[in-house]
Amino acid sequence: MNANNDQYVLQTRNLSVYYGDFKAVTDVNINIPRNKITAIIGPSGCGKSTLLRAFNRMNELVPGSRVEGEVLFNGQNLYAKDVDPVEVRHRIGMVFQKPNPFPKSIYENVAWGARIHGYRGNMDELVERCLVQAALWDEVKDILHRSGLALSGGQQQRLCIARAIAVQPEVILMDEPASALDPIATLKIEELMQELKKSYTIVIVTHNMQQAARVSDYTAMMMLVDEHSRSGTVIEFDETHKIFTRPSDKRTEDYVTGRFG
Amino acid sequence: MAIRKENGRIINGYPNRRADLRKHPRVRETIIQALLFLAGFVSIFTTIGIVYELGKEALLFFRTPEVNLWEFLTGTSWQPHIEEFGVLPLALSTLITSSIAMMIAIPLGLTAAIYLSEYATERVRKILKPTLEVLAGIPTIVYGYFALTFVTPLLRSIFGEDVVEIYNMASGGLVMGILILPLVASMSEDALHAVPNALREAAFGLGATRLEVALKVVVPAAMSGIAAAIIVGISRAIGETMIVAVAVGAGPNFTFNPFRGAETMTGYIVRISGGDLSYDSIDYNSIFAIGLLLFFITLTLNIISQRIVRRFREVYE
Ligand SMILES: Nc1ncnc2c1ncn2[C@@H]1O[C@H](COP(=O)(O)OP(=O)(O)OP(=O)(O)O)[C@@H](O)[C@H]1O
Ligand SMILES: [Mg+2]
Repeated sequence: MNANNDQYVLQTRNLSVYYGDFKAVTDVNINIPRNKITAIIGPSGCGKSTLLRAFNRMNELVPGSRVEGEVLFNGQNLYAKDVDPVEVRHRIGMVFQKPNPFPKSIYENVAWGARIHGYRGNMDELVERCLVQAALWDEVKDILHRSGLALSGGQQQRLCIARAIAVQPEVILMDEPASALDPIATLKIEELMQELKKSYTIVIVTHNMQQAARVSDYTAMMMLVDEHSRSGTVIEFDETHKIFTRPSDKRTEDYVTGRFG
Repeated sequence: MAIRKENGRIINGYPNRRADLRKHPRVRETIIQALLFLAGFVSIFTTIGIVYELGKEALLFFRTPEVNLWEFLTGTSWQPHIEEFGVLPLALSTLITSSIAMMIAIPLGLTAAIYLSEYATERVRKILKPTLEVLAGIPTIVYGYFALTFVTPLLRSIFGEDVVEIYNMASGGLVMGILILPLVASMSEDALHAVPNALREAAFGLGATRLEVALKVVVPAAMSGIAAAIIVGISRAIGETMIVAVAVGAGPNFTFNPFRGAETMTGYIVRISGGDLSYDSIDYNSIFAIGLLLFFITLTLNIISQRIVRRFREVYE
């Protein structure tokens, strides 16, 4: 391991992602710093979700998809032959656009991942700690045995975050986690992310420029490679304030100022 | 298209649009609605007719002085010629053959369903599922002779000819299980397939293996649908006739030994109705009583399965 690996949790090396013959993401080279929030922004269809799902090998659940290049996680290539995708997803968790709690109790939702990984500690404590971390405990502590589906959309999304952190991942990938939520629930999730980044690295896809500017430390700007292709790539990656104040790419400037897409 | 104007606006391409908002008759809607009603009415009416006929004839049976309802339901000997009318030997045989069938159909059917829904590629699924459903369309008499000429000799060569009778419940039950397997597999697969992908993704995203996703998320979420599949399978087993008539035996026998011959409720009904008994003999009337009992058993199971299916709709969102 070299010094870089301590600073960066995830690094991509000429990463391209295919669906069958279609190259959805082309040649991405970015380094995602540890314990920071990195936002991925860009117009619809440019491959943000695809790139995000390549970070924990979720994309390979789509039949026919494949990856070229490397994703290094703490310096180790996730796509090396001897790497188990199940182990990858244990360490790099995911929160989805639409809240998707299991049709089980709130308690069982949080405990589920811990159980399958053979968690040995005190389950009640784990569930409480994760729900507290996800800023949901006060709202649900008396109804832990009610179905997770009985919660509001914003509560469900925080439950999904609690469920994700219960398996103690290093990285949490979030694909537009607040896009189905109202502004107040969104604010809660954003505050929560600031809390979570102390212990986790967060990569978030968002369509909301203000949100990216508000919550993230780094921003990856994605765009189609050129107007003739449907393939996307990261055209600029930098600290968020630079992307939003002094972007070096004209297309980034157009996009973040709203003159594009 | 003629250009029409309405309140000064140009209305193009909607020739049926009228200036007023009053109701007007829609002939096609009315006719189709009437046909749909008729179809529904006929099926309900038929069912009522069947129950009425069964009930009427069964009443004749229970009215005979030799018969009493309590002995009918609890007696362990069914011998009409000496006026013993206990339905338990027939019911027990039905229970044993159906249980054997379900012991085959439930585990194999569920395994096949999980494979098809959670493991098979879309292409394999598209081929295997219709194939499975074709299996369910083979005439049951074929299964009956398969039991008698293939499975029974096999059982006899394994367990010995003095243990396994030529007509026996095990053989019929096993083959009935094979008959019902596609039904259970196909219905369970529908239930598994209906579970939203978002739940699978959630589980995979937590680092679950495919097996954990299948057994700990998808199957529990589809449990009510699977339960319904099992109950439909059981009703099918209880009502199955041809296989048991051919392979299980032709005489009531109160025994728990699956290697012995016996007669199920349905088997008895076919034998008597196929025989040359006069229409007002007590034997003849008895088949309606047994038919009514069968009807109530399957009705109960169907009501249970409907309840379960209704709950099924509420499980995920
Ligand atoms: N399962 C799939 N099979 C085939 N093509 C896909 C699949 N998922 C996405 N794509 C294609 O890959 C490209 C990138 O899609 P992706 O979902 O990553 O975009 P996105 O940037 O997340 O868009 P949005 O902002 O609308 O969510 C699109 O052209 C899309 O049509
Ligand atoms: Mg997306």
